[in-house]
Amino acid sequence: MTLTSLTIAEARDQLRAKKISAVELTEAHLAEMTKQKALNAFVTETPDIARARAKEADAALAKGDAPALTGIPLGIKDLFCTEGVLTTASSHILDGFKPRYESTVTAKLKAAGSVMLGKLNLDEFAMGSSTTTSYYGPTINPWKAKGSGADLVPGGSSGGSAAAVAGGLAMGATGTDTGGSIRQPAAFAGIVGVKPTYGRCSRWGVVAFASSLDQPGPMTRTVRDSAIMLQAMCGHDPKDSTSSKLAVPDFEKALSRGVKGLKIGIPKEYRPDGLNAEVAALWDQGIAWLKDAGATPVDVSLPHTKYALPTYYIVAPAEASSNLARYDGVRFGLRVAGQSLDEMYSKTRAAGFGPEVRRRILIGTYVLSAGYYDAYYLKAQKVRALIARDFEQAFTQCDALLTPTAPTPAFAIGAKFDDPVAMYLNDVFTVPASLAGIPGSSVPAGLTSTGLPLGLQVLTKRWDEETMFAVSQTLEDAAAFKRLV
Amino acid sequence: MSLDKATVRRIATLARIEVPEADLEPLAGELSGILGWIEQLQEVDTSAVAPMTGGTDVKLPWRADVANDGGMAEAVTANAPDAQGAFFTVPKVVE
Repeated sequence: MTLTSLTIAEARDQLRAKKISAVELTEAHLAEMTKQKALNAFVTETPDIARARAKEADAALAKGDAPALTGIPLGIKDLFCTEGVLTTASSHILDGFKPRYESTVTAKLKAAGSVMLGKLNLDEFAMGSSTTTSYYGPTINPWKAKGSGADLVPGGSSGGSAAAVAGGLAMGATGTDTGGSIRQPAAFAGIVGVKPTYGRCSRWGVVAFASSLDQPGPMTRTVRDSAIMLQAMCGHDPKDSTSSKLAVPDFEKALSRGVKGLKIGIPKEYRPDGLNAEVAALWDQGIAWLKDAGATPVDVSLPHTKYALPTYYIVAPAEASSNLARYDGVRFGLRVAGQSLDEMYSKTRAAGFGPEVRRRILIGTYVLSAGYYDAYYLKAQKVRALIARDFEQAFTQCDALLTPTAPTPAFAIGAKFDDPVAMYLNDVFTVPASLAGIPGSSVPAGLTSTGLPLGLQVLTKRWDEETMFAVSQTLEDAAAFKRLV
Repeated sequence: MSLDKATVRRIATLARIEVPEADLEPLAGELSGILGWIEQLQEVDTSAVAPMTGGTDVKLPWRADVANDGGMAEAVTANAPDAQGAFFTVPKVVE
């Protein structure tokens, strides 16, 4: 067992027992980051900050005053503003941006004693499912298909986070999920990803993509680690008006609840004709595991599932076109000179945004423009209400839903570029829960015949992360998934 | 719904993104493809449905309309590409 293959829970215990030091744990991860630089998981490495925080952690441990994540080396998705540290959203337009403030989530992780290793790569402004739209180049999945050297995507948008955690570069990482950006990369990289209920984690200081959907969450190698990390990340924040005042339950305690007596909903709409046979087989296996553990599978219907993706591709770009209006060459980041104010704006934004971001801003601008608002945006908001209602009705019949996380395993870098809609289909199983604002996890549960990881998704009703964790832990125990590290 | 070049040009102007002439035609194709796919929403009956306008069931909080922050011009302008003193600068807009 090397230091970089410990889980957060194991490292926590060994640090407290003084079997290892935070400094040596951090040094081991910094060395691993150098060794695996070719993955391009980090946009910015922060070894000086990491070493300083590790020393503080050892001092805190010596005093016996060590909060949950003391000395635990974490990576931070480069969408979280970090004080004095370059924050790029993997976009050219944020060149040189060093925030003068710290996001609430990263401030909480810091207060919990964690060690920041650096800022992790993502799809530009979190728009993508492959981490190939980053201005800083694609991140490579540490997994390879059997007998093939081809580089695969780590999923996206939190692909840097997924690769770093799967490859042993970080013990855990923050992600953000707007339509699947934590869960889908977690599935592609064989790790656990948790998107909590919308409002559980503060969005303050997270670069905004689609504000009614964005939600931070943890990405780790085990379900227990996600529970530990989420505990430190969430809680009420007056600086985010959508942040919940509800008490935060003890997530780690919920892990041992088991699933005995729970009803697990199996939505028939998630099994379309032509569903990848290995994905379907793993789903059936997951149902069997939960049944063996004492749960009862029940068939449920989420009739508006097929409309979730087109709804998302109105709501998210509309909100993005508004949120990204702030990148104007005046207040931060890139500026390209122009003769007039409008010309400066237009040239700056043309140079600063990549093709996928430009495409989504244009779609969003169009659906919000005069004469189209009702037909597109208002219509999408109404269909969104129906999708949320589908879940509410399903949860009158069951305690949790089990589905595949993604329709395929990781694909090759460079695939699916011709047709934007084909790329969007990656999120077909994750987007509905995002629209409804409910919590969801992805748990690595098996491998394809080519040796690539597949994930199962657990969804529960709003604010019921405890049941989500209990079901996820049961799946993890049954699957005995063999991690890379 | 199919977008033509002129519409793409108009949206790009609204979004303040300069789009090279050569990109207009391919963009029109891509955007039309996405909008065509989105069109399926029209078949959903939403006549009796209230729009879902946010991601939460939590009632948004109110607070008194008072300034509770400020006095940090240096921090606010610190990242500006061309700040002068406590001011942002833009190309001249008044002759």
